[in-house]
Amino acid sequence: MSFPPQSLFSRALAGLDPAIHVFRLGTGKQRRRPPGRARGRRVFTGLGHALLAFAVTLCLAIPAHAVRPDEMLKDPALEARAREIGQELRCLVCRNQSIDDSDADLAHDLRVLVRQRLVAGDTDQQVIDYIVSRYGDFVLLKPPFKYDTYLLWLGPGLVLLAGLWGLGRYMRRQAGMTGPPPLSADEERRLAQILQERAEPKGTP
Amino acid sequence: MRRWLYLLPVVVFGLMATGFYIGLGNDTNVLPSPLINEAAPQFDLPPLPGHDKGFSTADLKGHVTLVNAFASWCAPCRMEHPALKALADTKQVPIYGIDYKDQSDAALDWLAALGNPYARIGADSGRVGIDWGVYGVPETFLVDKTGRIRYKHVGPLSEDDIKNTILPLVARLEK
Repeated sequence: MSFPPQSLFSRALAGLDPAIHVFRLGTGKQRRRPPGRARGRRVFTGLGHALLAFAVTLCLAIPAHAVRPDEMLKDPALEARAREIGQELRCLVCRNQSIDDSDADLAHDLRVLVRQRLVAGDTDQQVIDYIVSRYGDFVLLKPPFKYDTYLLWLGPGLVLLAGLWGLGRYMRRQAGMTGPPPLSADEERRLAQILQERAEPKGTP
Repeated sequence: MRRWLYLLPVVVFGLMATGFYIGLGNDTNVLPSPLINEAAPQFDLPPLPGHDKGFSTADLKGHVTLVNAFASWCAPCRMEHPALKALADTKQVPIYGIDYKDQSDAALDWLAALGNPYARIGADSGRVGIDWGVYGVPETFLVDKTGRIRYKHVGPLSEDDIKNTILPLVARLEK
């Protein structure tokens, strides 16, 4: 299988590479400390700087949409509907991105198709049904609730119920259990003796 | 009665391990197509420049057809090309091509260099590919006499695929 040539992924990788490099440099344990510097004095080592820069970058990150200006519809209401549909459809090239987020050629074609059908007067559901009829349920990022996905949707609930059932059983058994029998007079005496020994330890300097 | 409960984790583990083991064998690149046993989509593709025959839905009627979506920019297509050539030479089933999102001069160069196994080629800008459910070339479909899609293969076809899967299916569909 092959996809239209796209450079985004390789560009992203190329962008990541220096970061990885910095990270490696920063963690090098064998790196010599400059003489005279106390351990732990420098808060921001190479690694620290890299991590700080990384954290700041993450804070600045905003969701990037791949929708190109030339794809957009003039009618803002239709465009908004197209965006909503686009968020629900999986790009089958990159698999875990919606077609709105993906830069792949197929995602572009699907976005254009969604808009064409909306302009032609389809309802949102008709557009989605059309694409599902071509690519199957997998194209939906949110799997539909039907016979072959019951386990997927209900599984977590079933596991929770099983857990509750087990917990209930355990607690019922605990409640039914009587505690240990009370101490006999002899045991009481020994206990008092042990406690006293603890309170006044013998033989300690 | 309590004793079988100790076996429960072992049984659950066994079931999960079996499930996961089977799952390991699944090729996640191959998605099930909802178009199997459905009529082929309606389309009418123009020929490549210099060719006289395009490819449309009407061409699928009356005989079993192998429909192959390919492109000159697609490396796995180059990989499967010799197998398609060999199949075309046996004349057991006509191969029709959908030239998917390709530049026509690049496609013509490609066919000139590697040979042309296709009885018809339609040049597709991507729209017809979507109707066929194409998500990454090469993809190959077997269409029966009535124009219904009966089988889909994702990825390059090998000689073994053709010998063990395609040709037996062609023979069955021709009956």
